[in-house]
Amino acid sequence: MNLPGGTIHGAGDRYNWRDSAYVSAITIASMVLMALVLAIGSALLWQSLPAIRTLGLGFITSHEWDDAAGKYGSAAFLSGTLYSSLLAILVSVPISICSAIFLAEIAPKWIRLPVTFIIELLAAIPSVVYGLWGIFVLIPLLRDKVMTPALASPSITKIPIVKSLFTGAGYGPSMLAAGLLLAIMITPFITAICRDILNAIPSMQRDAAAGMGCTQSETILKVVLPSAAPGLIGAVMLGFGRAFGETMAVTMVIGNMTPNTPDGKSLGLFDPGYTIASAMANKFTEATPGIATAALIELGLVLFVTSMLINFAARSLVKVAMRRLG
Amino acid sequence: MHSATCISVNNVSFWYGSNQALFDINMDIPKNAVTAFIGPSGCGKSTFLRCLNRMNDRIDGTKVTGSIEFESQNIRDKSVSVEALRRTIGMVFQKPVPFPMSIYDNIAFGPRTHGIARGRALDTLVEKCLVDAALWDEVKDKLKSSAMALSGGQQQRLCIARTLSVSPEVILMDEPCSALDPNSTHRIEELITRLKDEYTVVIVTHNLQQAKRISDNTGFFLRGELVEYADSTSVFGTPARKETDDYINGRFG
Amino acid sequence: MSSLARTPILRQRRLANGLFQSICAVSAVVAMTILGYILWFLLRQGLEYFKPTLFIRLPDNVNPALGGIKHSIIGSAGILFIALGISLPVGILSGIYQAEARGKLSQSVRFLTDVLNGIPSIVIGLFVYAIWILPYALKHPGQGYSGLAGGAALGIMMIPLVMRTTDEMLQLVPQSLWDASLALGTPRWRTMLLIILPAARNGIVTGVMLALARVAGETAPLLFTVLGNEFEGPFTGPIDALPLRLYKYATSADPVQNSIAWSTALTLILMILTLSVIARLITRSGKK
Repeated sequence: MNLPGGTIHGAGDRYNWRDSAYVSAITIASMVLMALVLAIGSALLWQSLPAIRTLGLGFITSHEWDDAAGKYGSAAFLSGTLYSSLLAILVSVPISICSAIFLAEIAPKWIRLPVTFIIELLAAIPSVVYGLWGIFVLIPLLRDKVMTPALASPSITKIPIVKSLFTGAGYGPSMLAAGLLLAIMITPFITAICRDILNAIPSMQRDAAAGMGCTQSETILKVVLPSAAPGLIGAVMLGFGRAFGETMAVTMVIGNMTPNTPDGKSLGLFDPGYTIASAMANKFTEATPGIATAALIELGLVLFVTSMLINFAARSLVKVAMRRLG
Repeated sequence: MHSATCISVNNVSFWYGSNQALFDINMDIPKNAVTAFIGPSGCGKSTFLRCLNRMNDRIDGTKVTGSIEFESQNIRDKSVSVEALRRTIGMVFQKPVPFPMSIYDNIAFGPRTHGIARGRALDTLVEKCLVDAALWDEVKDKLKSSAMALSGGQQQRLCIARTLSVSPEVILMDEPCSALDPNSTHRIEELITRLKDEYTVVIVTHNLQQAKRISDNTGFFLRGELVEYADSTSVFGTPARKETDDYINGRFG
Repeated sequence: MSSLARTPILRQRRLANGLFQSICAVSAVVAMTILGYILWFLLRQGLEYFKPTLFIRLPDNVNPALGGIKHSIIGSAGILFIALGISLPVGILSGIYQAEARGKLSQSVRFLTDVLNGIPSIVIGLFVYAIWILPYALKHPGQGYSGLAGGAALGIMMIPLVMRTTDEMLQLVPQSLWDASLALGTPRWRTMLLIILPAARNGIVTGVMLALARVAGETAPLLFTVLGNEFEGPFTGPIDALPLRLYKYATSADPVQNSIAWSTALTLILMILTLSVIARLITRSGKK
């Protein structure tokens, strides 16, 4: 069965071009991927140039967005995005972190798998379905059970900080609705990441604390959480980034109007508002080619840059935390 | 020692990054014989084996100096095709690694890759390899079934048959029986003794009895150096070096 | 002499422990209850119009209650198909690149993939609009929207997911399989194509289906690209999709359309659920 003599030459040409083609194909695919990200940034920049040139910095600082008058200022949208996202984080974080602690530390083994499965499932519900529920369930609920009573109550108007928050038009679509709905949406997301981070902490640390006579809560609060802190913060930031870029659910419950106050700004939770994403979704159909469209694309550019920064910071934190835990 | 040299190794040293693992190895491996490499774990015998078919190239940061010649051709020469080299110098690993496909496809894989045979000729080739590897009788009725369903010993013989399928000149074996039961080990040792008529076999083993049983020549490695290399009768009977004597008599592991 | 008795302080600490544990348990329950309530509500409301007419008829503008969303279902399916066509080649090939290459370039690619993953979906839709539709719309106002563009947007979103899953699954294939193939003199492309990829196939298919499930519900990118349609149409023009129809009916003033919106939502969720379940089944079948 032997070939006469052994040969280690020849047959080389047979493989060379196919191997080169293979290497080329996979390298080109990776290049395409890289190019995409750069293309997105450049395309948005390019198509928004007319607006950038005309409006300059006023785009970011001005609160007025008036198509007819040719005024385009996104400050209202920016603050709306920040407000709603912060609200979402405020509500979601305690619940997410405590749920993650429950899942990772406290729950008996047999509960963990089904609950994890449910959380994964819930994270898969599309934004627009949350929005649907928001319109027909959350808004009426808030309007009837929270806003109307609060607005009618004499005592609320007396408490200093509360009175400027729990105020506004109060007919339903509002910053409150958006914040709460966002909170519901990002909770499964943040919980899942926090749970992974907590699970990554070596059990030796817990054993050491328990060996000193700590209760489980003391172990968690004094040993586990401090270790996990950078990662948990990263998870929260990722959730914030999610809320920041969320479009459909927010559009459907936030009202897409500027509040009826003299300067168009309002801290009132019961007032409607805008976020960058909801403004984009909302104004798209009315945008005429030219400055209007360019301004819209510039909005997209702002969103692109800000969410990239937030995500980048968040991922770095999570990565540093995971590496520290080894 | 047989007079025809198959592989000639001259002044070969090897580094993993900045750690030197092999120091100035010189040996001639004869044709149609079984050569065994023995030595304690970490002595470099497996590393050296993997130099012979350039499997170490796959690891980043390795460096080789000196020359290894197969029938007077330098295997590291630029004109050499690594695929053709590995076809001519085949390797069987410690753990049996059947491909996740049928028994027939496992053996046919090599011939199909190198374009050696097709159709009826391929069927004949597959049968011959399985016969030579002493596996044919056990699998001839289930060639299309998955190779993963075979026992450990059968899987290893499958891997040997697969290596034979591309008509190598040399078969390198890296502790081929260490994951197997004594029965399978025995069958494979018989197999190796038959294979040397047509092939050159180089086997790394930590089983001294095995080396004594089946090899014609033995090389003893210690801490990256080739301490002694001679015909097996001499190495095991009257070792020339004290270290060899100590190792063979179990004075250190 | 240390006492092992339960002092008041110890009792206090145990109480605090119980309190904390309860808080955490309650949080988890609250989270699941709210989300469970949403699903239950969806089921209850959605069943009203969840009948065969929903799937085989087009919208009826005269008598909305008789209409269906057949074109939306077809539209969604077609868009996902196009998205697959874009994301599979780029995603799988670059995933293979990651598994094969080690170096600065592959790190940059991985970093940029994470970036791409984090871009809000509406921005991706806007991107496709800006480079594909806008130039056309400038010359032919109001035109240029197409199912192809929508598929492209969703495909772009899927690429990082497919790449990551391919990379991870390939890394799971044991090194010994690579070694055994290469030791036979098999060239790298053949080793990857015939040995390694098939070994990782189940995991990759699962990952791809999960990626599909993830983008199936996306609305924002479709707003700028496929626009929506009351009728069926060729994919080279504006078409409808389930999430778009849902959005339209949810925000409509017509209560019948609102009700159909719930059924549309149910249909969408079922589609996503099916994809997820099939994905899990494939993983399970591979493990046997």
